[in-house]
Amino acid sequence: MTDIVNLSAVELRDAVAGGEVSAEAATEAHLEAIEALDGRVGAYNEVYADDALARAREVDERHAAGRPMGALAGVPLALKDNLCTAFGRTTCSSKILADFRAPYHATVVERLLAADAVVLGKTNMDEFAMGSSTENSALRPTHNPWDPARVPGGSSGGSAAATAGRMCAAAVGSDTGGSIRLPAAFCGVVGLKPTYGRVSRYGLVAYGSSLDQIGPFGRSVADAALLLGAIAGHDPHDSTSVRRPVPDYLVRLDEPVGGLRVGLVKEFHSEAVGRETREAIDAAAGLYRDMGAEVVEVSLPHSRIDVDGDGRLSSYAVACYYIVAMAEASSNLARYDGAHYGHRTAEKVADIIDLYSRTRAEGFGEEVKRRVMLGTYALSSGYYDAYYLKALKVRRLVQQDFDAAFGQCDVLIGPVSPEPAFRIGEKTDDPLKMYLSDIYTISVNLAGIPAISVPAGLSREGLPLAVQLLGNVFEEDKLLRAARMYENAAGVGPLVPAMAEEQP
Amino acid sequence: MAEVDEKLIRHIGRLSRIDLTDEQVATFGRQLADIVAYMDKLQELNTDGVEPLAGAVAVHNVLAEDVPADSLPPEQALANAPAREGDFYQVPKVIGDSQ
Repeated sequence: MTDIVNLSAVELRDAVAGGEVSAEAATEAHLEAIEALDGRVGAYNEVYADDALARAREVDERHAAGRPMGALAGVPLALKDNLCTAFGRTTCSSKILADFRAPYHATVVERLLAADAVVLGKTNMDEFAMGSSTENSALRPTHNPWDPARVPGGSSGGSAAATAGRMCAAAVGSDTGGSIRLPAAFCGVVGLKPTYGRVSRYGLVAYGSSLDQIGPFGRSVADAALLLGAIAGHDPHDSTSVRRPVPDYLVRLDEPVGGLRVGLVKEFHSEAVGRETREAIDAAAGLYRDMGAEVVEVSLPHSRIDVDGDGRLSSYAVACYYIVAMAEASSNLARYDGAHYGHRTAEKVADIIDLYSRTRAEGFGEEVKRRVMLGTYALSSGYYDAYYLKALKVRRLVQQDFDAAFGQCDVLIGPVSPEPAFRIGEKTDDPLKMYLSDIYTISVNLAGIPAISVPAGLSREGLPLAVQLLGNVFEEDKLLRAARMYENAAGVGPLVPAMAEEQP
Repeated sequence: MAEVDEKLIRHIGRLSRIDLTDEQVATFGRQLADIVAYMDKLQELNTDGVEPLAGAVAVHNVLAEDVPADSLPPEQALANAPAREGDFYQVPKVIGDSQ
């Protein structure tokens, strides 16, 4: 059983298709892993053991009958709990949606089911995707499988931890400011944020509508490519999704990109980045050169990071991101008012406004309240021009920096995070400290470009390190191939935390 | 930029439709002041003549065919209703004496 959970999603898919492993055995093996480990990790909000096994058996029956199988047939997956599913609950790890049962599947969920994947359950997250550590979950924090005293990153911490802990073959999360890439880096797995518009957001509970994207977690670049292929593509239900064909991301994945030009981002290579992470990036640059790629230095001036008098990092891009994201969030979260669904206050209320205000006071966590209020402030009369409009202009400047950089190279390289996974509770006293965890990931969301976090080995303390590769819009195929080149050359191999190696 | 004081926090609380305790007004006041000061950093940047960018990837005038299609049936739409009366969501009075 333990052997099955060590197969990559691609290997497992092939094994099921080839009849070597049944979908039922694959699902059973991962359910056993959840049983053994999730008490310590807390990755899952809900596990659908019976439904998953029933579905797996159904996949096996159709396979035995010689019927055509989907691209993910028998692959057990975990879904972040902000993806609407008509089964189970969709809580966004918030009290305000504690019992919410979505009346429809998100488009991504429809596509995964159509590909014959098996959904094991919904994973924990920072409430409404607002956070970088999963500590803002109203349910429980998730613990990093590499060191349970540490965070798995956020906001898709549950999906990352489940993937790293072999409690699923692969997973799906969402990324608004780094919420796939940061937990991927902290948990030692691959995490990809596609280009804005590449994957439908229909059924993804909205946080920052101009920033959100759904994307895959996997233990290898190939696994991320497999999942992306299944979920990408235009959706008439999402008018921000684009009508562009979806390439086969797997077929040429192992083919190196000829004449690859890699841009080392100057502003991301300072002392603000921990020494071991900087060494990993330098090593990656060296590997690319060895493979015949050209490595050049590029500048993203508006993503510049300064250190102020208090030793605090500061960045225009972070300020810009938080204004935009919080403004959009204040609008998007207005719907949670106790009227149509979700929590409603049991207190006696004077009128409907009172209903809204009591309900939201009871149902939202601290961080959510903070961001809704900041967003409201940024959009309020008298402040709109100075904050929101100003931020949108800075956003244009951030995007222009990337346009210029991609004129000189194919992919950019930088860190995901200044440091590996931090301790639970270490940053919760200071919201701004937590926001700065995103300092290397947020520019990507502002510009809408795709980016991937790839494991780069372990730190001297035994914690995962990662490098981030950034691509130009809709160039996921090139980005994935460049990531595969690095993965192959670095030979880091799938990283397995000690708890996932325990024998039952 | 405006001082983030108690009056402003209470005002934002009302606009956000979130009831705040006195303690929260104090705590949020401190935290928001800190964060707003950080955001004021953007004022350092000259953005004259720069067009705002609302959506990163430009998609324009996406229209659907004007053809009726299925929508969520009432039973499903009302399934999560905290309170309902027939095919309606039940809520406290919307138009009150105070307004």
